[in-house]
Order: sequence, then C-alpha cells, then structure tokens
Amino acid sequence: MTRNHISEREVSMLLNDVLERYGYDFTGYAPASINRRVNHLFQADRFPSFAEFRYRIMSDPDYALRFVEEITVNVTEMFRDPQFYYTLRREVLPVLATYPLIRVWHAGCSTGEEVYSFAILLKEANLLHKSVIYATDLNTSVLEKGRTGIFPISQMQQYSRNYMEAGGLHDFSSYYTANYEYAKFRKDLGEKIIFSPHNLVTDGSFNEFQLIICRNVLIYFSKTLQDKVLRLFCDSLEPLGFLALGSKETLSFTSVASQFRQLDSKEKIWRKHHL
Amino acid sequence: MSTASRLVLIGGSAGGLQAILTLLPGLMPQLAAAVVIVLHRQNHYDSMLTELLSAKTQLTVKEAEEKETLLPGTIYIAPADYHLLLETDHTFSLDYSEKVNFSRPSIDVTFSSAALAYGRQVAAILLSGANTDGAEGLMDVHDAGGITIVQDPDTAAVDVMPRQAILTAPVDHILPATAMAAFINSFAGMMAS
Repeated sequence: MTRNHISEREVSMLLNDVLERYGYDFTGYAPASINRRVNHLFQADRFPSFAEFRYRIMSDPDYALRFVEEITVNVTEMFRDPQFYYTLRREVLPVLATYPLIRVWHAGCSTGEEVYSFAILLKEANLLHKSVIYATDLNTSVLEKGRTGIFPISQMQQYSRNYMEAGGLHDFSSYYTANYEYAKFRKDLGEKIIFSPHNLVTDGSFNEFQLIICRNVLIYFSKTLQDKVLRLFCDSLEPLGFLALGSKETLSFTSVASQFRQLDSKEKIWRKHHL
Repeated sequence: MSTASRLVLIGGSAGGLQAILTLLPGLMPQLAAAVVIVLHRQNHYDSMLTELLSAKTQLTVKEAEEKETLLPGTIYIAPADYHLLLETDHTFSLDYSEKVNFSRPSIDVTFSSAALAYGRQVAAILLSGANTDGAEGLMDVHDAGGITIVQDPDTAAVDVMPRQAILTAPVDHILPATAMAAFINSFAGMMAS
C-alpha cells in the first residue's frame, strides 16, 4: 500500500497561507496533531498532490472554511468528566450565587454540549435567571449547531449517566424533547447563552468574568501560545474569579501560575488571587 | 539529563497488560531509551495502572503529560481517553479528537507520530488484542526506518491484533513476551552511570 503524506514543512506552508489569506492563525498549534489532521483531510478528500490541495485552499474560500473546520477538534460531550461538574456544583456555584449578575465565558465551546451542561447546573441552583454565558469558538458552524440546542439522541444514555454522576437532581430527560434521532434541549436553558465567534489566538478580551471555562483547547497549543491565552484569561477574570480547564491541562510552569491557586479538589479549577 | 534519543513503543489491547507485566521485570534499570505504552482500557483506572506497573520495574513509571520532554529510563503511559502524540522536539502532545479504530488512546496515532518524530530510533512492539489497531502504525514505523515487533500470536492471550499486524504490516521480529525485555535492552543500550 502506498500512502500519500504531506510533510511537516508542507503543513507549515499551508498554515502560513491560511493565516495570510484568511486570518486564521494555526501557526502556534502543537505540530503533531495538526499535522495528523491536515494529512487526514488531504487523504479523505483524495487530493492527488500537495500542490492541488494548496491551490484549492487558496482559491476556494468555502473549501478553506472546511479546512479550518476539519483541522480543529470538535469532539465534546455533556457533563464530560462528571466529577468536574460535581465540583463546580459544590464549590463554585455557591460563590457565584453571591453576585447579582453572573458572567461566564465558555471559550472553545465547540458544539455547545458542555455549555448546556453548565446551564443545567445553573438552573438547578436557581441561578440561571441572573446569569449570562458567553459561548465562543473560532469555528462558526459549530456555534450554529450549539445555538440550536439539538443533539443526537444516541448520546443521551451516556449523557444521562454523566449527569447522574455529576450530582444531577432530576430526571435528565426532563431537559429535552426527543424527536426521532434528535434531542432538543429546553428553550429556557438556551436563553441565557450567547453563542459568538471568538478566536483565542487573535482576538482580545471582551468583558470581565467570574468564571472562565476552557476545556481541552490549550492541549492543542504550543507552550508560547498557551501562555498568551492564559494571560488573556487572567486579564478577563475578576479578582477571585475561577478558571476551569480540561482534565489534563495545568497552570504549572506557566507565567500566570503565581496568580492562581488550585481548589482543594482533584479537578483542574483555579481561583484568581485577590490583589 | 538529555532527552531520550531512542524510543521503545509498546501497544496492547485485551491481554496486552499481561504481556507488559511479563516483560517489565527484565528491563535494565539503566535503560537508555524512553518507553511509551499505549494500552486500551477503561477510563478512571490510571493511577492504579501506574502503581501496578511500577511494582514490576525499577524504572520510573508515569502517565505522559502534555509538553513533557521524554527522558531515557522512563516508562510513559498514554492517559485514558486521550490520544498521545510525539513531537519532533521529543515532547508529548495530547489530543482529544475522534476515536481511531474505536479507541482513544489509539496505538496507530501514537506509533505514526513517533515514526515521524523519531525515525530510525524507534522500536515498536504490538501485543495481544482483539482489534486491528496498531497495524497502520507499524507500517509507518517501518517506512521511517524503525524496527517492528509483534507478539507471537501463539503466545498472545488474544491473537487477533498480532495476526492482523503480521498480515498487513512489515514485521521484523515475532517474539513471545518472555523474549521482549532482552530485545528492548539491546536496542536501547545502557546509560553511562
């Protein structure tokens, strides 16, 4: 079997093209996984050569959008790592409850499953009515999916289990209406969520928050880019605000580490010092 | 300490843990290569797995962390539910993208990225299992000039994965688990004390 590969050098040429032509900056991403995803797309779309692949991306903006969508990872689930949500419920929500208006930023939210999960937590703590969740991603088509609040019904059994493990208070199915192969989540859950494009690499801060959630996004970035984005988060948090990351992500050895203290749980949740 | 210039990859699924427990005690404590283990398993048992393997060897055993630099004489385990990739600067990257061969971590993903990052300095070992993960990765390791080894299917608890690999990938050696430590020791060499 002969396999057609694009070299790491060619991948980096493409990333430079996409930055210059379309403004999407992937040059600070960790090379190994982006290399794998670019190669995967190249093979899936059966380009005979690198030159043709490159030409298509440069000359066809719709295809360039497909490129951006395919090389960014959009795998997510509701109540991912249930213990994380249990900790949010137990340790973070009681603090947030003391604010008159709760502002949350869910960065890199993908199709929104985790945003709805958090909205359910707020609902059950009777806080959703005084909350605003800004759910952002660089990828506009995943935001569109999030906005609909419609997810495949095939996942609901797993999500229901996650929800129970996260300390769920009700019958999970009370939050959605099943319709053939889809589950549509209740309208009141989505009313306080604002889905909006934001690129962590190129865009700046847009508000001050009490909680920023950004899970499994930083793992794709180089150390330098991780540091830059963490500083953006730090600047976007109120004193004593919370930062919640993915289960394998850490602030250790980053330039913001001294400004945060990790909660006493095993979860990757930090609190910004009061200065 | 300098980064590991040689790398031993071990991939396994059903029955793979058994083979790893067999080969670990035979590894030299001064092993000059890094060892990366990708084992299909349920979530949530990571710390137990690290302890279980630590009990069988004097080498350091730990879960691989993102951006961590690979050191010789250390055994790294791919974390449950993440793909583990190797960078050309000899650090790890984690990836939460779609499952490959119904698996995350996928053996193919780790082996293929290691082939790009380490080229001829890789030996990749595929153990017992009931699926077809790993065969593609072995091919990439071979194409990059590395050495490919498959557990002798007659000695594997589940022979589907080794047999599939032997059918589809260029395999340099077919060994029982009992012979693997000696191979790894000689491939890796020893660190100067």
